Amino acid sequence: MERRTIFPGWGLPVLLVMPQLALTAVFFLWPAGQAIWSSMTRADPFGIRTTFVGLENFADLFSDPLYLDSAGRTVVFCAAVSAISLLLALALATAADREIRGRALYRFMLIWPYAVAPAISAVLWILLLHPQIGLVGHWLNRIGIVWDYKLNGTQAMLMVILASAWKQISYNFIFLLAGLQSIPKSIVEAARLDGAKGFFRFRTIILPLLMPTVFFLVIVNLVYAAFETFPTVLALTQGGPGKATETLVVKVYRDGVINLDVGSSSAQSVVLMAAVIVLTAVQFRFLGKRGGE
Amino acid sequence: MSGRADWPAHTVLALGVLLFLVPVWLLLAGSTLDPAAISRGELSMVPDLRNLGVYGTVLTEGAPGVGPVWRMMLVSAGMALAIAFGKIAISILSAYAVTFFRFPLRMVAFWIIFITLMLPVEVRIIPTYSVMSDLHLINTFPGLTIPLIASATATLLFRQTFLAIPDELVEAARMDGAGPWRFLKDILIPVSAANLAALFVILFVYGWNQYLWPLLVATDPSLDTIVIGIVKMIGTETQTEWNKVMAAAVLALLPPILVVVLMQRWFVKGLTEGDK
Repeated sequence: MERRTIFPGWGLPVLLVMPQLALTAVFFLWPAGQAIWSSMTRADPFGIRTTFVGLENFADLFSDPLYLDSAGRTVVFCAAVSAISLLLALALATAADREIRGRALYRFMLIWPYAVAPAISAVLWILLLHPQIGLVGHWLNRIGIVWDYKLNGTQAMLMVILASAWKQISYNFIFLLAGLQSIPKSIVEAARLDGAKGFFRFRTIILPLLMPTVFFLVIVNLVYAAFETFPTVLALTQGGPGKATETLVVKVYRDGVINLDVGSSSAQSVVLMAAVIVLTAVQFRFLGKRGGE
Repeated sequence: MSGRADWPAHTVLALGVLLFLVPVWLLLAGSTLDPAAISRGELSMVPDLRNLGVYGTVLTEGAPGVGPVWRMMLVSAGMALAIAFGKIAISILSAYAVTFFRFPLRMVAFWIIFITLMLPVEVRIIPTYSVMSDLHLINTFPGLTIPLIASATATLLFRQTFLAIPDELVEAARMDGAGPWRFLKDILIPVSAANLAALFVILFVYGWNQYLWPLLVATDPSLDTIVIGIVKMIGTETQTEWNKVMAAAVLALLPPILVVVLMQRWFVKGLTEGDK
C-alpha cells in the first residue's frame, strides 16, 4: 500500500530516517555481520591468532551431542511453555468473554501480570516451589514426596516451564479475548439457535474463527520461550542441575560470555538467527494474509 | 443476559485470578517475615506488619551484594523512560519519512529497519558486546539504553497508523499551507495519540524488565538495574536474606504494574491492533 499525497524533496526525509538507520547499522547489522564472520573462524588456544575455518564450527556444532541435547531440550521446553500458557489463557478468555457480572474486574485482574518481569516470575516460583523455603515445595517434602529441583533434572525442567508459562498467560489472554470479541455475535447466536451447544459449539464455530489469532500467538510464544525466558532460567536453575535446563540461549551465553569460546558461540548465534528469520517469515506471511482479509 | 449466574465461568476466572494473586500475596507477606524463619521453611501467607521497616532498609541500605534499592530503581526508571521515549521519537520520524516522502533507496531503508525484527539481542550476544566495547560504551548509561532504542516494531506500528490516515485529511492540511513539520506536529501526532500511549506502556515495561542486556554491558554496580539487583541478591542461595529479596521484588513490580493499570484501556487496544 502506498500513499498518494506526498511532500516533495528528499533532503528532509533522509534526515528523518537517519537516526534509526544509524542505530540499526551500528548495533544490529555490524554485530550480525561479525557473528557470521567469527562463526567461520577459530582462535588458537592462546587467543593470539584466528584462522578462517569455513563451516567447520557448524559441522562441530551439529556433531556435538551436548549441542543436540540442548536443541532437543529447547524444543520440548518451548512446546510445553507455549501449550500450557495458551491453553490456560484460552480457558480464561472464553470465560471472560461471557456476559457475566464483574467481568471488567476479572479482566483487569488477569491483565496486570503482563507487567511482571521474567526474572521476578522466577522469584515468585521460588516462593512456591523451593524445596526448603517454598510454601508448596516444603510441604511436598514434609508429606514424603521428594521434591528438589536443584538436584532433580526433570523437576528442574518442570519448574522453569511453569514459571515461564505463568508469565506469558496475560499476554495470550489479552489477544485471545480481543479475538473472541471480534467474532460477530450473530454467528454465535445462529449456532445456538441451531442447537449447537457448549464444547461442540466452541470447537466447530468459535475455534475455527479464532485460529488466526491462535496461530499468531503460537509463533510469538515460541519466540518468547526460546529467547525471553533466559532470566527465568538463570535465576531459577542457572541451566542446571548438570545441563538439565540449559536451553540454547543459556548455552550461547555460557559458551560465549563465561567460557569465551567465540567461534562456537558465534556459530550458535548464527543458527539462532536463522531460526528467528524462519519464524518471523512464517509470521509475516500469515499477517499479510490476515491484513488482506 | 440470563438471570442465572454463570458458575462455570466464574469458577474458571476466579481460579485464574488466584493463580496470579496467590504468588504475589505470598511475596508481600514473605517480605515482612523474619529471614531466619523463612530459611527454616516457615513462609506463610500471614504478613507480620511489625516488620514493614524492611522496605525502608532495602530502599536506603540495600542488601548484601547490592547497593540501595532506590538507586537501582532510579537506573531502571531512567532506562525504561529513555528506551520508551527514544524509541517512540526515532520510530515516528522514520515512519513519517518512509510513508509521506519519496527519496532514493526509500524501500532499502525500510527493509534495513524491518530486518532488525529478526535479530533479537539474545542471538547476537558476543558480537554486540565487542561492538559496544569498541565504542567504549561498556558500563555507561548510553550503552545501557541506546542500542535498545532501534527496533522495527514501533516503526511498523506507526507506518500502519499513518497509512490509514485518509488522503482528504492530508490534502486539506496541504491546502491550508501546512509544511512537513506542522503536518507532523498538528495532525499526525494527535491522530496517533492512542498508539503513542499504548507503545509507551509496552516499551516502558520492556525497558524496565530488561535483564540480559544490562547483565552484558553494565558490570559496574552503580549501573545495576533493580531486576539485575534481585537476581544478584538471590545469588547462590547460601546466605540469601529472603525477606529483603521479596521486599525488593515488590518494589520492582510497582512501577510497571502501575503504568499498565493506569493506561490499561489504551494499552490493550494498541497491543491487539498493532499485533505485537
